Amino acid sequence: MSADNLDPNIRDGVIHPEVRPPDDESERDQDGRRLRHAEGASKPVRAPAVREPQPRGAKIRGNRPVDQAEAAERFLAAPLHQAAHDERLWDLRKKRDVAAHGIPEWEELRDLASEIKTHTLSHLDRYLEQFEAAAKANGVHVHWAADGAEHNRIVLDILRRHEAKTLVKSKSMLTEECGFRHFMGAEGIEIIETDLGERIQQLDNEEPSHVVAPAVHKTRLDVAAVFAKTLGTDPDNDDAHYLAERQRETTRPYILNADAGMTGCNFAIAETGSVVTCTNEGNADLSGNVPPLQIHSIGIEKIIPKVEHLGVFIRLLSRSALGSPITQYTSHFRGPRKGTEMHYVLVDNGRSARLGMEEFWTSLKCIRCGACMNTCPVYRRSGGLSYGATYAGPIGLIIDPTFNKRKYSTLPFSSTMNGSCTNVCPVKINIHEQIFAWRKVLVEEHQIPVLKQGMMKAAGAMLSRPAAYRAAIGAADSALKVLPRFAVYNSLNTWGRKREMPDAPRQSFHAWYKENRMKGGKA
Amino acid sequence: MSARDSILASIRANRPAGDYPLPDVPLFPPLVGDDLVAEFGERLKRMGGLVCEAGADDPLAGVRERLAGAKVLASAAPEVTGNRNLAAVARAQDVDDVDVAVVRAVFGIAETGSVLFTQDELVVNSVAYLAQHLVVLLDPADILPNVQAAYRRPEFGRAAYAVLHTGPSATADIEGVLIHGAQGVRSLTVVLLPRAKA
Amino acid sequence: MRVGLFVPCYVDAFEPEVGIATLELLERLGCTVEYPFDQTCCGQPMANTGCHAEAAATEALFVENFSGFDYVVAPSGSCVHHVRTHLTAIPQTDEVKKVRANTFELVEFLHDVLKVEELPWAEFPHKVAYHGNCNALRGIGHARPSEIVKPFFSKPLDLLRLVKGVEIVDIARPDECCGFGGTFSVFEPAVSAKMGYDKVADQNRAGAAYVVSADSSCMMHQKGCAERLGLPLRYIHIAQVLNGATA
Repeated sequence: MSADNLDPNIRDGVIHPEVRPPDDESERDQDGRRLRHAEGASKPVRAPAVREPQPRGAKIRGNRPVDQAEAAERFLAAPLHQAAHDERLWDLRKKRDVAAHGIPEWEELRDLASEIKTHTLSHLDRYLEQFEAAAKANGVHVHWAADGAEHNRIVLDILRRHEAKTLVKSKSMLTEECGFRHFMGAEGIEIIETDLGERIQQLDNEEPSHVVAPAVHKTRLDVAAVFAKTLGTDPDNDDAHYLAERQRETTRPYILNADAGMTGCNFAIAETGSVVTCTNEGNADLSGNVPPLQIHSIGIEKIIPKVEHLGVFIRLLSRSALGSPITQYTSHFRGPRKGTEMHYVLVDNGRSARLGMEEFWTSLKCIRCGACMNTCPVYRRSGGLSYGATYAGPIGLIIDPTFNKRKYSTLPFSSTMNGSCTNVCPVKINIHEQIFAWRKVLVEEHQIPVLKQGMMKAAGAMLSRPAAYRAAIGAADSALKVLPRFAVYNSLNTWGRKREMPDAPRQSFHAWYKENRMKGGKA
Repeated sequence: MSARDSILASIRANRPAGDYPLPDVPLFPPLVGDDLVAEFGERLKRMGGLVCEAGADDPLAGVRERLAGAKVLASAAPEVTGNRNLAAVARAQDVDDVDVAVVRAVFGIAETGSVLFTQDELVVNSVAYLAQHLVVLLDPADILPNVQAAYRRPEFGRAAYAVLHTGPSATADIEGVLIHGAQGVRSLTVVLLPRAKA
Repeated sequence: MRVGLFVPCYVDAFEPEVGIATLELLERLGCTVEYPFDQTCCGQPMANTGCHAEAAATEALFVENFSGFDYVVAPSGSCVHHVRTHLTAIPQTDEVKKVRANTFELVEFLHDVLKVEELPWAEFPHKVAYHGNCNALRGIGHARPSEIVKPFFSKPLDLLRLVKGVEIVDIARPDECCGFGGTFSVFEPAVSAKMGYDKVADQNRAGAAYVVSADSSCMMHQKGCAERLGLPLRYIHIAQVLNGATA
């Protein structure tokens, strides 16, 4: 008997019934059963076929704080996009629950994954040196980059030495951090993304909105429009199979003719010097195995000590991300193919500094599964682009400010701190507690609006003085007089715009107590 | 100071306080039942792979029908004869016209329905991705119960390239619609065929 | 057993019935309940906004009001979570630590301390959707959240089972945050309201007549959303239901 349930009855309830189409185009297995592996939806989710312009992300104004709330409001103003986005990601969360609840030792695996990561991070110098030595012994060229700019220069150098003009790559959040594509474009190097979602985003000149599903905020109509404009597809054909096939056909020549291939890295194994990638499309394997030059960009926090530790992380990664027991491809690159060159670029870009941040260093445990995004109720209603940062959603709220405290000072406030992110995290990062801690740091460093802090100061002054507090309530004996301090703190009345106001009770509890429980109305 | 030295120095200066020992990883009981072949097949199917028994005379009898239109067959397994010699392929790109590739798996994993190849089994690594379809020969005796058992195998420390395939190339990046053959093979079929006795 | 009753500021202001029900229920169950008259708030609104310095005086006042009790009980998981986990803007003296450790949310106090096994006066013959406040659920452990792979339990549902006539209905996303989030509800009103709309639509679709929760703050937000959408849902605190309210 198997411990896990292969035929889970995933709760059918949707909160947006309009996204449940009557037909289903997903692949079937050889026995005719509907498949839901990889990032496939467990039940069809489709935005109604009505043209609705795709909401775009946060407006970036240099170093000024990102207005996530403003971008989120525009996303919500596109209800078809928002409903499909919410249901699709919630479905991934449900698939994750089913997969996790099928593993009796799930919580123990999370503990182990967390402990392996904290151990490695607290001995990172040693493991990096071990990794480097093993990689060199395997014939791999190892480079170190202090920041994104240095990473880009190193890669450009390698490409120039090989007279390489084109590079195919698989998805890598690290290269997004480095602004790699934009840099290479300016240097005359053609970069082709080979992950379908990432390719859609590249062709639309937009950043990925999700670490695992980069184009999850787009409907098929959006993709059809992008492909019609850039790949010459039929603008009226929004069939997902057609669109995916056209992408395959148009990307294949780039893969075959590329001078170089690049991948990111999910795990780097110190003892063997290998890089492990996890993909569903096999595009990391194409990038690593077809061009005569292969480059792997590695964030220094990706190290784990031994191969046997993969037994923990691989079991957690895809189940957390997609509810699938494993990705279609788990690839272990250890040495160059005959007659080709293999390079590693180890990138710091703020990681070693983050290691020294007492309250925030454990965010380096992150394995980029995206589970915290899928479960986050704010993310699902805002879209990943609303964060205006490389990392969106809960993990972004605690990582982004380490890159730029001012620009991302608003992000830790884009959360209800409900804690679901922490509970789904496969490496047990206390995400919502770090969000709380970031708010304190940002206030102490004067990175929140003066008005907001002023409101809190006024509230604190009133709430710490019973007489002042009672005077506010007692004078009119009406709670509504106190509301300005609690909710309707400004003339915009942000509460009342979207919600009805609470009724004003006849008297407060305090007044009731005084009247009914105290003789003569005295304490 | 080189980037390497400055990064390592920064890591040492910022080392988190406290003791974080490396935990021992226990071997958890397999998730699957005792019939590893059945469990493997069932789980591979759920990942979009196909499974069939080997034919008595022709190992690929079970898949011949689907291979009918295939013009170029590249086999890296001695049990099957193809019409493209992988050993003679000069460039990774040259196998782009392969319709069907046949490869012997080192082992399978029942927990996930995965199969492992290294560069030795593939002969040309890229054929496992550039071919339209992949047929995998797997000895039922080579099926391991779980992922943890797989990662105790020596191949990961020896092979220049080792890869677990679990079904075909897949994507659902467009509205969650599951589609096989995103970039790599459109189908993966595992044929259960014991290894020839040496 | 000397119990100090903490009535959070928004309960005091908007939902006095909840305070009254909590007081009466505790007394019915044999507790000697005192209501320190100078109480205001636990400091959470400021601390959750990162303004710890601004929260300090309020936190100090809370401790001053509630030291000396065997237990401090409040009908709010959110406030209790703050006291227990985040009341750190003031020096952690023994007195502060004691108050923090002795502060309980009503449901867990009834379930874990008083170990209530019957509520003969309670009857609530309605279809009920239970709303678990996130701080109560994940912060102080009211129930096993859906994310966690451990055996299911739920202290509030255990207590509601003691009430005659209650029929619990399942909603599609039982553990999903409703979007109140304290000051989030005013600083990010669009997302907050949308989360609320989705939550109340889910409750309504499940056929609930009433929503019961251990937190008035979430319900104040949900009620505002349900009224705006014109949904016929009614909201009532679990203290009132356990104390014998019938509607």
